[in-house]
Amino acid sequence: MGETMILRVAHLYPEVMNIYGDRGNTIAIRHRCKARGVEVEVTGVGVGDPFDPDDFDLILIGGGQDREQQRIAEDLAAKADAIKGAADQGMPGLAVCGGFQLFGQRYIDHDGSVIPGAGIFDVETRHPGPRADRCIGDIVIITEFGEIAGFENHGGRTYLEPGQEALGTVVRGRGNNAEDGSEGAIYQNFFGTYLHGSLLPKNPRLADELILRALRRKYGQAVELPPLDDAVESAAHDSAVAAAERRSAPTVTRWNGFAGRLRRR
Amino acid sequence: MHPRASLAIAAGRLGAATLHRLSRGGTALPGVVALRLDPRLATRLGRQLRAGRLIITGTNGKTTTARMTSAMLEAAGSPVLHNREGSNLMRGITSALLAYADMRGTLHTEPGTVGLFETDEATTPLAARALQPTAIAITNLFRDQLDRYGEVDTVAAFWREALAASPPGASLVLNADDPSVAELGTGWSGPVHYVGIDDPAHAGGPVGATDARWCHACNGDFRYEQRFFAHLGHWRCQGCGLARPEPDTRATDVHLGLDDATFTVDGLGEVHMHLTGLYNVWNALCAIGLARTMGLPNDAIRAGLEAVRPAFGRQERVEVDGVGMRLLLAKNPAGANQVVRLLSAIEQPLQVAVLLNDRFADGQDVSWTWDVDYEFIADRVSRCWVGGDRAADMALRLKYAGWPAPRAVERSPAVLIDAILRDAQPGEELFVLPTYSALLDFRQDLVRRGGTEAFWQT
Repeated sequence: MGETMILRVAHLYPEVMNIYGDRGNTIAIRHRCKARGVEVEVTGVGVGDPFDPDDFDLILIGGGQDREQQRIAEDLAAKADAIKGAADQGMPGLAVCGGFQLFGQRYIDHDGSVIPGAGIFDVETRHPGPRADRCIGDIVIITEFGEIAGFENHGGRTYLEPGQEALGTVVRGRGNNAEDGSEGAIYQNFFGTYLHGSLLPKNPRLADELILRALRRKYGQAVELPPLDDAVESAAHDSAVAAAERRSAPTVTRWNGFAGRLRRR
Repeated sequence: MHPRASLAIAAGRLGAATLHRLSRGGTALPGVVALRLDPRLATRLGRQLRAGRLIITGTNGKTTTARMTSAMLEAAGSPVLHNREGSNLMRGITSALLAYADMRGTLHTEPGTVGLFETDEATTPLAARALQPTAIAITNLFRDQLDRYGEVDTVAAFWREALAASPPGASLVLNADDPSVAELGTGWSGPVHYVGIDDPAHAGGPVGATDARWCHACNGDFRYEQRFFAHLGHWRCQGCGLARPEPDTRATDVHLGLDDATFTVDGLGEVHMHLTGLYNVWNALCAIGLARTMGLPNDAIRAGLEAVRPAFGRQERVEVDGVGMRLLLAKNPAGANQVVRLLSAIEQPLQVAVLLNDRFADGQDVSWTWDVDYEFIADRVSRCWVGGDRAADMALRLKYAGWPAPRAVERSPAVLIDAILRDAQPGEELFVLPTYSALLDFRQDLVRRGGTEAFWQT
């Protein structure tokens, strides 16, 4: 073995964007790195804290309440150029729910007010108003990293601009906007998604993908992650998929336009 | 009397009689039937309780606070009508009233009967409108069942709506240590009675997830002089200076044992209860606050508190084949973190069973388990078992928390209890941490084994 590898994680706004158990994503990164002898340093970056992307190898941000998200938007505006610049340079990251919305181009509230986002993902989120249903329920999506399962709970509807790649396609549940069958977004090594659960513990392939991309960017393409015994992780994943199959309607993505029109009625 | 009401009462009572005959203990069905026939039945019946109508709500502690208040009223010689069987929606409240109603819609309760209604957060506006409460107690506001409510702020909005629908002279009993509860007292037209803990010995320790980040008035940051748990403590807004109100009922010198606790209250002296955990001290303070707003004598308050035994599944101890099992309901991050804190204070190695269900009553989203600091007792756990509909998810949570590998991961309560009884020796004590519906299932199997009584008999 050569030198010990170190993964430096920036956990953005951990005190605010923590509402739906997204702390589990940090716990999973820590656990899966430790199991491979990779050291992990997690730094919470809050409102008013300085942020230099060169100090970090991976960025995580979770979901918050609508009222709280507005509160950090101002601080995020000050950090947006640094975060966007890092993503352009291939910085890996994961933005969940409110974090995903804030890392898009903009968030348009139901009263028409616009909160500008960090612009990593070419997406726009619109809030349909307090009387509209929130998208709440079990969700399963298919991605290039396999089947991913979790739980979504969001009021805003997110729409991909032409050319913006989704993270996956919805199999059960609602996804970005409950209309077009898309879920999340990918920009280079940065992933955005609505999935809680927590996401990474029960979707270990995605967790490893983030870790591997971060380590390879830092230590070179030769880095490999030895496989772990993921029997417990797989069982939890299957349990989330089974819950979705029990409770969430199948989403017919082949007839997207048709299904979308039906749903809007 | 309204003919519709008579029909509703008849149908509801027939339903209740049938249920008792079948001995299934269903507690809300009569109310469901009656409400379907007469939606205003709770109003017609409830307002006949002229001696007082109390509503108790909050994320955690509703049941315990209601039981404590009920015991204090009884010790003071005041009869109580209480929806004590655990259904805290309108139909459960209606069922409790129906039990005392005649066919003409007259409530036949003893003179001076006080109505005591523990009420689900989202039901509070409806209950306030229907019952026109004389007093409302609110214990705390934590994240819970976000799949039902969407966001924590939604719940505070329910309560504001409930206050707007209440008589302007109603008394409020509010937890001063919880900023989102305390601020409901600002500008209230009637009397406000604040309760709080003042004991630096219980401040500090793991804080866990916080649910009141900023001041509602000015969005300023809170600073804490004493921070007990999550967002509960002696808070002050850095922006506008809004601060924790000075409590009218204040607990000092809090001593927590494994099965009981003592603390001192101004004007009452040292009080004792057969419940432990800081959260139960807040519950007791809310009950004392309600008792004081009704002018109950100190003797009755002390005797009532002393008389309360753990509620169904809240620190209840059940023995099966010589193995003692303490049932500690852990249904949301705040409740579970409090239980983890309680266990961390125990000297011997811990044997723990954790049960996670994801039904409607539990919350369908199991993400909340990642907000619980199970890590905090990882090196104290000697043996564990994992159960419930989402046992596999909980097994993963505990693996990543560093707990030892579970002896069994079983969704069926019967199979899980078999596994526990294979491992645990007679004379050993273990702790069971279930979500709400998992508690019902687990306990039902303990009843089958003769370990305890069915819950509607307790």
